[in-house]
Amino acid sequence: MKSFTYERAASPAEAAAAAARIAGAKFIAGGTNLLDLMKLEIETPAHLIDVNGLALDKIEATADGGLRIGALVRNTDLAADQRVRRDYGLLARALLAGASGQLRNKATTAGNLLQRTRCPYFYDTNQPCNKRKPGSGCAALGGFSRAHAVVGVSDACIAVYPSDMAVALMALDATVETVCADGTTRRIPIAQLYRLPGETPHVENVLESGELISAVSLPKPVGGAHIYRKVRDRASYAFALVSVGAIVQRDGTGRVALGGVAPKPWRVAAAEAELPRGAKAVTAALLADAKPTRENAFKLPLVERTLGAVLRDARA
Amino acid sequence: MKFDAPATFNPIDRLKVVGRPTDRIDGPLKATGTAPYAYERHDVVPNQAYGYVVGSAIAKGRIASIDLKDAAAAPGVLAVVTAQNAGKLDKGEFNVARLFGGPDIQHYHQAIALVVAETFEQARAAAQLVRVDYVPAKGAFDLAAAKDAAIKLEPSFGGPADTAAGDFAGAFAKAPVRLDATYSTPDQSHAMMEPHASIAAWDGDRLTVWTSNQMIDWGTTDMAKTLRIGKEKVRLVSPYIGGGFGGKLFLRADALLAALGARAAKRPVKVALPRPLMINNTTHRPATIQRIRIGATKDGKIAAIGHESWSGNLPGGDPETAVGQTRLLYAGKNRMTAMRTAHLDLAEGNAMRAPGEAPGMMALEIAIDEMAEKLNLDPIEFRIRNDTQVDPEHPQRPFSQRQLIECLRIGSDRFGWSKRNPAPGKTRDGRWLVGLGVAAAFRNNLLAPSGARVRLDDRGIVTVETDMTDIGTGSYTIIAQTAAEMMGVSLDKVVVRLGDSAFPVSCGSGGQFGANNSTSGVYAACVKLREAVARKLGFNSPDVAFVDGEVRSGNRSVALAEAAGERGLAAEDAIEYGELDKTYQQSTFGAHFVEVAVDAATAEIRLRRMLAVCAAGRILNPKSARSQVIGAMTMGAGAALMEELVVDKRRGFFVNHDLAGYEVPVHADIPHQDVIFLDETDPISSPMKAKGVGELGICGVGAAVANAIYNATGVRVRDYPITLDKLLDRLPEMA
Ligand SMILES: Cc1cc2nc3c(=O)[nH]c(=O)nc-3n(C[C@H](O)[C@H](O)[C@H](O)COP(=O)(O)OP(=O)(O)OC[C@H]3O[C@@H](n4cnc5c(N)ncnc54)[C@H](O)[C@@H]3O)c2cc1C
Ligand code: SF4
Repeated sequence: MKSFTYERAASPAEAAAAAARIAGAKFIAGGTNLLDLMKLEIETPAHLIDVNGLALDKIEATADGGLRIGALVRNTDLAADQRVRRDYGLLARALLAGASGQLRNKATTAGNLLQRTRCPYFYDTNQPCNKRKPGSGCAALGGFSRAHAVVGVSDACIAVYPSDMAVALMALDATVETVCADGTTRRIPIAQLYRLPGETPHVENVLESGELISAVSLPKPVGGAHIYRKVRDRASYAFALVSVGAIVQRDGTGRVALGGVAPKPWRVAAAEAELPRGAKAVTAALLADAKPTRENAFKLPLVERTLGAVLRDARA
Repeated sequence: MKFDAPATFNPIDRLKVVGRPTDRIDGPLKATGTAPYAYERHDVVPNQAYGYVVGSAIAKGRIASIDLKDAAAAPGVLAVVTAQNAGKLDKGEFNVARLFGGPDIQHYHQAIALVVAETFEQARAAAQLVRVDYVPAKGAFDLAAAKDAAIKLEPSFGGPADTAAGDFAGAFAKAPVRLDATYSTPDQSHAMMEPHASIAAWDGDRLTVWTSNQMIDWGTTDMAKTLRIGKEKVRLVSPYIGGGFGGKLFLRADALLAALGARAAKRPVKVALPRPLMINNTTHRPATIQRIRIGATKDGKIAAIGHESWSGNLPGGDPETAVGQTRLLYAGKNRMTAMRTAHLDLAEGNAMRAPGEAPGMMALEIAIDEMAEKLNLDPIEFRIRNDTQVDPEHPQRPFSQRQLIECLRIGSDRFGWSKRNPAPGKTRDGRWLVGLGVAAAFRNNLLAPSGARVRLDDRGIVTVETDMTDIGTGSYTIIAQTAAEMMGVSLDKVVVRLGDSAFPVSCGSGGQFGANNSTSGVYAACVKLREAVARKLGFNSPDVAFVDGEVRSGNRSVALAEAAGERGLAAEDAIEYGELDKTYQQSTFGAHFVEVAVDAATAEIRLRRMLAVCAAGRILNPKSARSQVIGAMTMGAGAALMEELVVDKRRGFFVNHDLAGYEVPVHADIPHQDVIFLDETDPISSPMKAKGVGELGICGVGAAVANAIYNATGVRVRDYPITLDKLLDRLPEMA
């Protein structure tokens, strides 16, 4: 870990301004991802801006019947909130499928959204990795890639995006609210938050220098059966091989988002139109442009089978 | 004490303390976090500095140049040690690769520098500033590719590379029912919780190392040898060990580099290996490829059995002795086993819990299940038909005890085996495909000399000292039970001190030999102490009894405290063994039963029930023995379902080198576990009549899981771990 300076931000606007002003500054929330990366010098911020003191830890009803979740609401608290459990069951279930109780107690909504890939080569600074060191190559291509992405990948990077929570937020059409360095605010639909790797896998989202996430808002509840199915090698405390987040209405229409298959939570509008035709058709549309490796090609049938099980559960 | 005739009735047989379920005497220390582990021994020596190890970034090749300037100039740095400036070093007897690499690199993450600084953070930050230019060389990292060039190497433990009896080839060719199948097990990591960690301090030319090591005497010997100093100058202290599983049998880089760092910085230095270095820098269980051939008559008698195994290692390293159990477990006149070793440039492969048998049983016990199916026999019945009460390669050698059939029968009753549907893929429970599996458990009982010193003081306290270690197994407690039984006192009158090279040399912890041998050493020392007490009191008749804190003879009785007198009494002895293990084959036996459920859609595998029935001699402490067995069953479940060090065959290292990538079971993976111990004593084994049990529990359990998965799904997976991707495309059609 490189030594760094540290400050506690007084307000969201000041935090954003400081982050843009000070070269190499980063926000720290729960620290459950950032600190691990700093210890390995994968992240080497010169300055940390602690946002934990900002009063962004409330979950409030919005005027249009939705919810606004403060950026610092802990994953545990979010999953336990009565309104979330009642109206956005998908979100509560996705959260509880992630990490461990101890981690969820620390992890924040914004930190969870911006957690970085678990690609093992990204974690070993002796190895080439375009995401960690642009231009150095991608060790996962032709290497150990069983858990990597099958769709949305590029020749520069096949890393998978790891969050469970974000899969649910994707299906729920959440909006990310931010404060920019100049004090202005923006609302970014979550579908537009993440970038695909292309030639620049180190650029993972559309946030600008210093831009602080202040909240995530959810539109008013859409009803339906909320199912989050996470498939992994052990029963708990593991990242998804694939996960399916689905909201299925009585008439068989609905929404589907996938985790564990792409560099971002994966949702395809055209695929949802296929829902009445069943899992095979939906999967075909979701993974139409898939480019799996030999090691992770199993994810394609796994998605279809998992989605099939989810749709059966929704009907039951 | 030389043990060369079967044990007769002795004070242990009273079983007032031994054999009773007893709480661990170190339990409160562990539960309150006050048991001192090596890295936390802040109190033992002042002014400790921190060392951080730099591991090689390449797997094979040479360091062209190494630039220490920036690291040495970083804040807080006291010294930067490399193999070049550390002085001349030898290599330990038990080390295959040098613990301090450079300029030649033998494997990934071989230690090439140690940065010593005032704080841990400073040392870690400065370690990143060591700049190295490498000249990489081509290495061999792929066992399957190197297999054909593998050679016959005689292992240092576990019998010869090859054995044969009768005419295997002829009998196999003629057998009406035959199996010829190939299995593989991956490289595995011990993954114990406590990392390798040491604090080293020099006092003139004398070195003390507080460390975490299973085998104090091996460690002391190799530290002295590596540093080229007298063994008497080295003291190792390791009273508490946060798990080892064979990963801490040897001197490793943490201890050596702490000693070198302390010498360079002229201060005590502590070093712990980060998890990636535990995986790529130290030892691991090597991967195997195993071919098993079995030929049987139509009535299910094995006529020919052959087991070959290939594993890899650095030059000078041993084969994984995966065929050992096949020499002993089942009858059959015509037999062959063979081990071949391929040159691989991965870190050294070496012992991990039940080396040899653990991966060997994972393969053999699937093969037995497959064979039973071919014969249309219940797999338990097939095993029973091929039981042997003698070493089948040397029929003049009987087993000292062998209750495999009893284990299978009792387990079958308890587990409800008769309810199993032998047709695979036919039992559904909602979304789950359900199956039952069975496997034999087998692990040899190893004998090793072991010494101890016992003292009796004028308060009647018995103090035991031995360099035996407690790696979380319960050594403290069974040693205290042994001394209490022998001296006729209650447990609270016994003090046990372990893990110090200043104490008599013991067998150490490994190969499930720790419990039986170390307590036998304590037994021997107590016999001497009893004699000293009796002599002092002038009690020389054979009827002297040690009961309730008193020594009794005829109608006289003297309190032990009084007998000890002000100066106390002490005795030291060691157990040594005669030829009984040549005359008799000594092994431990068991049966594993597992119920699994496999998700019919996703092929996720979940264990539902596990049972182990063990016949392993006298169980010294049923409570800690049960803990050993359920821990081993858990580890075996990990081996079956998820544990695999993934080799990057281009770059030559284990890629998933942390506990996020190397998955071991979590609580949610482990269902209800039952353990049954058969009431057994083995007077051939030792005066304790005990054997080992800590490794028996892992031997066979993986195959029981695999066989249950087959029964549930009809998919036979022969390559571990059995992950869902290996089942997915072959699952039965969904209803
Ligand atoms: C062992 C382990 C297992 C895990 N398993 C899972 C799992 O199964 N599923 C899963 O989904 N996750 C899992 N996680 C990841 C976990 O969910 C994340 O570490 C956590 O959500 C990150 O939140 P945090 O508040 O600690 O983020 P931090 O570590 O504090 O920050 C993460 C990133 O977000 C940035 N950031 C934080 N707050 C803001 C803000 N307000 N505005 C802008 N940027 C901000 C930081 O600068 C940093 O780059 C696991 C983590 C660990 C360590
Ligand atoms: S997949 Fe992406 S993160 Fe992984 S090594 Fe390649 S570039 Fe790096």
